[in-house]
Amino acid sequence: MEHYISLILKAVFVENMALAFFLGMCTFLAISKKIEAATGLGIAVVVVLTVTVPVNNLLYNTILREGALEWAGLPNVDLSFLGLLTYIGVIAAIVQIMEMILDKYIPALYAALGVFLPLITVNCAILGASLFMVERDYTFGESLVYGFGAGLGWALAIIALAGIREKLKYSDVPEGLRGLGITFITVGLMSLGFMSFSGISL
Amino acid sequence: MAGVSAKEVLFEPIFSNNPIALQILGICSALAVTTSMNVTIVMCLAVIAVTAFSNLAVSLVRTQIPGSIRIIVQMTIIASLVIVVDQVLKAYAYEISKQLSVFVGLIITNCIVMGRAEGFAMNNTPGMSFLDGVGNGLGYSVMLLFVAFFRELFGAGSLFGVTLLPSVNEGGWYVTNGLLLLPPSAFFIIGLAIWGLRTWKPEQVEEKDYKLSAHKVKEAF
Repeated sequence: MEHYISLILKAVFVENMALAFFLGMCTFLAISKKIEAATGLGIAVVVVLTVTVPVNNLLYNTILREGALEWAGLPNVDLSFLGLLTYIGVIAAIVQIMEMILDKYIPALYAALGVFLPLITVNCAILGASLFMVERDYTFGESLVYGFGAGLGWALAIIALAGIREKLKYSDVPEGLRGLGITFITVGLMSLGFMSFSGISL
Repeated sequence: MAGVSAKEVLFEPIFSNNPIALQILGICSALAVTTSMNVTIVMCLAVIAVTAFSNLAVSLVRTQIPGSIRIIVQMTIIASLVIVVDQVLKAYAYEISKQLSVFVGLIITNCIVMGRAEGFAMNNTPGMSFLDGVGNGLGYSVMLLFVAFFRELFGAGSLFGVTLLPSVNEGGWYVTNGLLLLPPSAFFIIGLAIWGLRTWKPEQVEEKDYKLSAHKVKEAF
């Protein structure tokens, strides 16, 4: 249990997807002007990550990894080069399925997430988490916890940035720096703040 | 986009319509792989190759793809190209591919590739799309190399792994700026680079969201 808690804390703060690994930056910068939008996107990312990382973990361990096909009588097959294609396929499919399920059973949440759901397919944080999961050789339980933690960290970062930007729009920024430029510098400062967690070992 | 010359398609994205500075595409990898020039150059070549060939491939099949599944088709094309790049890197540049770790795989979700496939290759001829891919890849590379140049030179005192400013630790005189090797510095450098670019090309400056009204004595008190 303790192991899982430290894994979550690590994924949220020390290895924050957005501020330490710069994953999901495109949407991070583009959809952080309003807190509501950022919150919607953040929740969607948490949900998608919590589902896709464990599913990819199962696929990797039972089909793709070297020697994983032993149960099918093919102990020498190594399909790990197909990983990228599989993960992105799984992500696209799960996002699509989730869209349909939400539309049918929880229309309120579906309406709230709106256009953000399909956008998530191309969010690098999602694919990045799956790739990190493979690189670090997580077990199924760990990958579930890691997916949730990584999503939570990303959501936290985008909501915080949206809060800052809502205040920032009233300030008099030099012309060339307006918009994207100042956002980059703000994110840099936030990332500097999150660096302070990096000394923590759990 | 009709009637643009090949030269424009190729060179526009480098400064006038830079994918990173103006279109907000492909930022993730721009930040993570820029601590040394060697790694950055490999990453740039990989991105140029993937963007160019995915644009070419998408453009070739653009009339055959049903609209509703085009994203999946594009994804599959891009993912296959990235797998090729990944395997080539693992075979011929294993050390560098280790350093790039997950970021080679993340070229799939690099929005430049996807954005250009969707935005340009779907409506243009294969030849032009190929050039557009190369151009956008170059625009991305220029920005990346710019960031990497500063980070490696001042952060580690070297360029391409060759020591230029001998650091104190090795008996030289240069005190390395450790901040530049850490993630946040990339944000600052890109932010400042955007500032520079927009001072040079003022038409890229964004509109203000919020304007101060003219000062009136009555309201102020």
